[in-house]
Amino acid sequence: MYIGIDIGSTNAKIACIDRDENIKILLMKKTGFNSKITAKSLLLDAKKKFDESDNIIVATGYGRVSVDFANKTVTEISCHAKGACKIFDKDNLVIIDIGGQDTKIIDVENKTVKDFIMNDKCSAGTGRFLDVMSKTMELTIDEMCKIAEFGGGVKISSLCTVFAESEVISLIGRSEKKENIANAIVMSIVDKVATQTKRIDYKNKTVCLTGGLSEINFIKNALCESLNTDVLADSTGKFAGSIGAALYAKELEAKNEKFT
Amino acid sequence: MAVDYRQMWKELDMDLENHDNLCNVLPVAYTDIYLMQKNRPKAMEFWDTVVGAIHGIRPAELIEAQKKGQKVFGTFCVYVPDEIIIALNGIVTGLCGGSQFWVPDGEKVLPKSMCPLVKASVGARLSRTCPFFRIADMYVGETTCDGKKKAYEILGKDVPMYIMDVPQMKRPEDIVKWAKEISLFANKVEEVTGNKLTIEKLNEAIKIVNDKRRAIKRVYEARKNLDVPISGKDALLMMQIAFFDDPIRCAEMCNKLADELEERIKNGVSVFEKGAKRILITGTPMAIPNWKLHHIVESLGAAVVCEEMCTGTRYFENEVKENCASLEEAYLELAKRYMKNNCACFTPNDGRIDDIKRLAREYKADGVIDVNLKFCTIYDTEGYFVEKELKAAGIKCLGIETDYDDGDSEQLKTRIEAFIEML
Ligand code: SF4
Ligand code: SF4
Repeated sequence: MYIGIDIGSTNAKIACIDRDENIKILLMKKTGFNSKITAKSLLLDAKKKFDESDNIIVATGYGRVSVDFANKTVTEISCHAKGACKIFDKDNLVIIDIGGQDTKIIDVENKTVKDFIMNDKCSAGTGRFLDVMSKTMELTIDEMCKIAEFGGGVKISSLCTVFAESEVISLIGRSEKKENIANAIVMSIVDKVATQTKRIDYKNKTVCLTGGLSEINFIKNALCESLNTDVLADSTGKFAGSIGAALYAKELEAKNEKFT
Repeated sequence: MAVDYRQMWKELDMDLENHDNLCNVLPVAYTDIYLMQKNRPKAMEFWDTVVGAIHGIRPAELIEAQKKGQKVFGTFCVYVPDEIIIALNGIVTGLCGGSQFWVPDGEKVLPKSMCPLVKASVGARLSRTCPFFRIADMYVGETTCDGKKKAYEILGKDVPMYIMDVPQMKRPEDIVKWAKEISLFANKVEEVTGNKLTIEKLNEAIKIVNDKRRAIKRVYEARKNLDVPISGKDALLMMQIAFFDDPIRCAEMCNKLADELEERIKNGVSVFEKGAKRILITGTPMAIPNWKLHHIVESLGAAVVCEEMCTGTRYFENEVKENCASLEEAYLELAKRYMKNNCACFTPNDGRIDDIKRLAREYKADGVIDVNLKFCTIYDTEGYFVEKELKAAGIKCLGIETDYDDGDSEQLKTRIEAFIEML
């Protein structure tokens, strides 16, 4: 079995594929404090579902180095590119991945990374931003995004998470409607991500959304509108990194680099 | 440390207690970043010794020279012509701050949104924790970027400061203007040193500095080889120390290093694994001890083969015509050479893009990283052209903005590793 493990800042994911690149297993759990233990337990859970001892493992994600039993590590950028090409069955893609602590826009040509943009160390425009804001709103991220659809008319101007939070607090203080504040929060992230995407020539390519937020329709639709193009999403989108890593594991065997 | 420099530091009115904090972190960082490297050239021992007592050996030499009547001039930019100072029996020392350690002290008087190089330079002076900033008899600033111009006003309240007016464009009349500016500078240095400038002295100094440029160039030439005989980190260190060292000794040491590197090339010695990706780095200067990016790149298995920056090719490329007949001729020749330097404070600055493309070819770079210090508006803005033009030329390029702080190291690692995977 070819196994990809993606240790993200919030969630850890595992993907197992067979010789014919059929996706056999996809599992996810919270990364928690110890990414090494999380990775091991994910592997154990996966192994309950198949009996094969000959496995090749590639680790990715920000915690990739802690997966010390992996045969190789590959960055999440390369893995996402590969995984998304598989999920959406395309060779050329522009991938928008809104992750827990960073957002990546990846330009893929012929299934390989041509260019990418990643936000710097600040958390504006990442999942972290939504996380902080939803706590202030006393909602879950899902709930916040759902009610955002019914709001509008309010804007948050600060890009910085800390300043934006105080804007939200003052909106709450002014008894602005929850829906409107939620809308302002979600739109602020959509605007930021759309601006980043516009630095890449996406017009003649398929744009897709991966990562934890890809199943939130409101975000997807708002991105469609802002970029003026279709944006694809898929329920396996959040596994793109781990699927890509599993595909790298298969390549590894082909290159016979298994034990490097 | 064999020699105790505390007395000297005390006489320089340094903040000894805080200085100890600085002295405690540097050796650890140096061991991790430098001494752990495998198969380093033997000649690097000289630089290890210099860094090992960076606030001791050279400062002691400078103080000795001052006792004999020589004057020390501190500079912040490769536009200030060393030749004038050397010809008048003065000593040049670079003064750029490259450590996060000094940033908070700089922020006491400067806005937060200023580049860390400026903040650290001001902080190093005001915190009294760098002997070079204490020793210099005079600082020589220049009208390059806005941050530096304003910072010089603040430093000027604390130490004698002379400002050279660098042109903003490169028209023929700007070169003439710069020659005039150099002659005014010569008057000033004459006044401070009490010496009289002669063409013989200036020709001698031109030769000394050219020799230094040639020696450093030999080391860089060796890096063009497919088997890379020296790490980018070691080459960067040699480059950084060149700003502080005596120019004649610097040339001698660099030549010695180059001898060894040329020998290594003959024997096919490389400090990197076969197939390591070759990276050219361009952007804002890396003042000592800023080794952050080189360390990240090389820890990921790639090789830094060239730096298109002021701590790099801009320091040694282009020579000044030797044996000038008159001071006027020499000023003009100096002006011509210095104005070939392509800094983002000029408009337009297409020359830099051409340089990067040429160097990427010469050094057989697989990719270019354009790295700029946070809040450096001019280089940041120019990054747009750098990335665009390189991509148009089919050269892969990654733009990075960072500062001295290590907080973004993990993110940078991922970005750079992904970039290397992409090459
Ligand atoms: S980058 Fe520009 S201002 Fe800075 S040292 Fe170089 S030439 Fe001078
Ligand atoms: S890095 Fe930029 S802002 Fe900083 S001193 Fe140099 S030119 Fe000025």
